[in-house]
Amino acid sequence: MAYEGMLAESISIIGHKGEPISAYVARPLGAGPFPGMVLIHHAPGWDEWYREATRKFAHHGYAAISHNLYHRAGDGKADDVAAKVRAEGGVPDDQVVGDTEGAVQWLRGQPWLNGKVAVLGTCSGGRHTFLYACKTNSINAACDLWGGRVVMSKEELNPKQPVAPIEHTKDLSCPLLGLFGNEDRAPTPEQVDQHEAELKKHGKQYEFHRYDGAGHGFFYYDRPMYRIEQALDGWKKVFTFLQKHMAV
Amino acid sequence: MCTSIVEIVGANGAGKGSDGWFDLTHSVVSYDHPHHALLEEAITIDFVNAALGPAARVAVELTLESAKELSAALIKAIAAAEIEERGRLRGT
Repeated sequence: MAYEGMLAESISIIGHKGEPISAYVARPLGAGPFPGMVLIHHAPGWDEWYREATRKFAHHGYAAISHNLYHRAGDGKADDVAAKVRAEGGVPDDQVVGDTEGAVQWLRGQPWLNGKVAVLGTCSGGRHTFLYACKTNSINAACDLWGGRVVMSKEELNPKQPVAPIEHTKDLSCPLLGLFGNEDRAPTPEQVDQHEAELKKHGKQYEFHRYDGAGHGFFYYDRPMYRIEQALDGWKKVFTFLQKHMAV
Repeated sequence: MCTSIVEIVGANGAGKGSDGWFDLTHSVVSYDHPHHALLEEAITIDFVNAALGPAARVAVELTLESAKELSAALIKAIAAAEIEERGRLRGT
């Protein structure tokens, strides 16, 4: 059996406007080269599931980093910090884009990177992933997993989220994978239709997979929304998509 | 689902968190993903001290039905308390 090893640790990276933020990195041991993976955490915070998902990508041969979008809210348990951020109305879109650019550039500065970087996020992280892929030209692939509020009404816009991400679709800079549950209420199947129509209109490279019998967050094995068959197929779709776009 | 349902009011009182009692500054009520209750969405109530950092929080996650019952109980208890207070004022 071939030797297998992984390095997983917390680090500090340069985020939006040059501010340091914390991040968690996991990569296979060895010189590489490894494709890079940035994970944008969900609204419930920079939590254990994201640590595990980061290590899962390392297990599959990626150098993965999950940066802490809630760093500025202070130290603490993930749920306490997330509650504080929720009370503050979330984090500003521009700040998330800046922090994610920091994570991507950190990967790009590593000698073991194969030159390719993808971004994946779930829930609000899925929305942020799409937004980031539209607002920069820094990555090679993007995975939006049930990102809500890509389509937003005028009433939902606010100073932290001033533009609905769907408005940026024409600027999408890389292939996009989308996984959605047909019983989700954010995004609703109708909103996913709208998003898909916009991607088609602008001739963007994308693949959407929609699952019956699943709602929001169907990968989360510790939540009642978990749907094992859809989750297993979804993970397969993620890795197949990445293999296609991340190999050198 | 990610909602943006959040209501925040000032709170004057005390809450008992993991490190003991602390003074409260706010009550935060939202309807969103719970962290612990096995529900897709929950009414979450956080009693916090915004100046003390994220750990200064007393948290509950309730079903919508439990939250309605709590709301009704609060209204009933507050109404009874106000009658009590009025009686006390008359007695002075």
